[in-house]
Amino acid sequence: MSTMSLTQAINAGLRQAMEDDPKVVLMGEDIGTLGGVFRVTDGLMKDFGSHRVIDTPLAESAIIGTAVGLAYRGFRPVCEIQFDGFIYPGFDQIVSQVAKLHARTHGKVRMPLTIRVPFGGGIGSPEHHSESPEAYFVHTSGLRVISPSNPQDAYTMLRQAVASDDPVLYFEPKRRYHAKGEVELNAPLAAAPRMGAALVAAPGTDVTLVAYGALVRTALDAATAAAAEGVSIEVIDLRSLSPVDYAPIMESVRRTGRLVVTHEAGKTLGMGAELAATITERCFNYLESAPVRVTGFDIPYPPSKLEKHHLPDLDRMLDGVDRALGRPNSQTGMED
Amino acid sequence: MTQTRHEPTGQAAMKMHQLITADGTRVHDELLDPFVQDVDRDTLISLYGDMVAVRRIDVEATALQRQGQLALWPPMLGQEASQVGSIHAMDQADFIFPTYRENGVAFLRGAKFPGIMGTWRGNMNTGWDPYELNMATPQIIIGSQTLHATGYAMGIAMEGKETLAMAYLGDGATSQGDVHESMVFAASFQAPVIFFCQNNHWAISEPVGLQSAVPIAGRAPGYGIPGLQVDGNDVLAVLAAVRWAAQRARTGGGPSFIEAVTYRMGPHTTADDPTRYRGVTELEEWAAKDPLARMRTHLVNAGMLDGETEAGISAAADAVAAELRDACINIPDPEPMTVFDDIYAEDHPVLDREREQYRRYLASFEGQPGAGQQVQGSAS
Repeated sequence: MSTMSLTQAINAGLRQAMEDDPKVVLMGEDIGTLGGVFRVTDGLMKDFGSHRVIDTPLAESAIIGTAVGLAYRGFRPVCEIQFDGFIYPGFDQIVSQVAKLHARTHGKVRMPLTIRVPFGGGIGSPEHHSESPEAYFVHTSGLRVISPSNPQDAYTMLRQAVASDDPVLYFEPKRRYHAKGEVELNAPLAAAPRMGAALVAAPGTDVTLVAYGALVRTALDAATAAAAEGVSIEVIDLRSLSPVDYAPIMESVRRTGRLVVTHEAGKTLGMGAELAATITERCFNYLESAPVRVTGFDIPYPPSKLEKHHLPDLDRMLDGVDRALGRPNSQTGMED
Repeated sequence: MTQTRHEPTGQAAMKMHQLITADGTRVHDELLDPFVQDVDRDTLISLYGDMVAVRRIDVEATALQRQGQLALWPPMLGQEASQVGSIHAMDQADFIFPTYRENGVAFLRGAKFPGIMGTWRGNMNTGWDPYELNMATPQIIIGSQTLHATGYAMGIAMEGKETLAMAYLGDGATSQGDVHESMVFAASFQAPVIFFCQNNHWAISEPVGLQSAVPIAGRAPGYGIPGLQVDGNDVLAVLAAVRWAAQRARTGGGPSFIEAVTYRMGPHTTADDPTRYRGVTELEEWAAKDPLARMRTHLVNAGMLDGETEAGISAAADAVAAELRDACINIPDPEPMTVFDDIYAEDHPVLDREREQYRRYLASFEGQPGAGQQVQGSAS
């Protein structure tokens, strides 16, 4: 076991993936000489060469579009989008090409791209540097969307994403980049949890709280705080946003009868909407109360001095838990 | 707003390279001549025969659309020289990234008619295995494929192979960001890629002058890519120009841009009505530059086309058309459950559940009068 930060874990995952397969190439802005603006790719150009760690011109559509061509040629490109809010120029290539080429060609052409996207807020950045665009991609058939919450998952899931024959959007919780954790670097991938698996991060009995990415840590802290008040929260780390692994969520909700979903992205048509709808469809008779969403607001990402109001924090999660439990909460008495 | 330009006017016209004029005269071109020195009578006949076949395919497919056998067809009438000349310059190992209009190219590359027609009949999104033909399937998003070709060529460069990628694009595509980004990337990484732009003068209803204030090929040097303008209705000149670009690509010369100046004589697709946006004078002008007529005149004047050969070419084209029609009308309707096929390469439990639910839904009609009609009826 090694102790490393989340960025170091991704770096180790990239290094391992490149050692495992000479067809793995990295592409992105500032990822080579600089090592990435977050230093995720630090040292990789020096060790693997500029033909495998490619500093690209500043054009996201071209980063994705040329990666499509490389994939046609048998490469496994790992693209870095520097910040969440910079992905939109590449949106067309992702949605119209990357996601659809396997189906369009009846499985003849595979698109084993990994698209790394640092996402989410809480780092005091200007506009376009703190967004949570994951739902756009979850809504797009043909893509897989994952988000690790800790260094071990960051390492393992990165390797799984690169090994996958499907395109994978890999959302990195940039607020947790410097969080350290124990990472087992040498365990065989086959022994790790599936890339698509949701995992119970903390067991509990009263409420099921589903989170992903940076908010898993917050959810775990909320569970600790609630325990002091005698409320037992089961935290589920979603890990895979597309496809969602419903089995552990359903199993949990059938025990707790209550579901809270939290994310930084806005509420409307977000992951919370999908999870609430599906769990209601499939666990209706087990639910004791309506599912609750604790999310960012349906607003453009606010200036950083206001972001603490936008981002779900421990208290807002506990307020949501109180709503699920029917305890007094901030919305008590508010008309529907 | 000023009036829309019909032709780029921002700078003096470029030199348009040509080897056979509209009246069939062979002229000399210093740059292109060396690339067609080996072209003998058989090759010329083959180029002409392929153009006749491609035109015959276009006529047949247009008729099939009018008869309700195809949902849509994008005619290539007038662009036969550009399609035939360009694909004749490619080796089998070269990889082609077409638009949706390169159905003549696909035919000459070896695509079978059930595949070519299946896309336009609505049976399938793609008609061939790209790795069998070394040709991607039709791209409908305008300009998108230029990035794929560039990325593919970057891969070739990384491997140090002496092959290339060629992207087809149209004049309208040259306004797309993807096309400009692809030229930036191609130049930066010296990718062995050919941008083969068929300037057919019309992007549905919009004239080329709206897309570009300067000749399209004149933009390429700004990216550090040589740009060549060629008569796109001159099959020999197109062949030579693409050979020129291919030689550059194969010998480490990097990307090239070719603008083949041609004309879309038909509608954008069978759903289009060009009488709403262009007049007959322009059509008559371009009819006089017809790629087949000029080649035929050239061959006849050179004593290379006798009646027997011409009859053979015509009969072969008719046979191709008959094969096309037969293949098209006999494409079986796709099975309903195939809508779920090949969305992912690996397991996807959420989609599996949808599939199972729909399978059960369809099964619920079994044994009932009119079973399955609800589903089939929606296709018409």
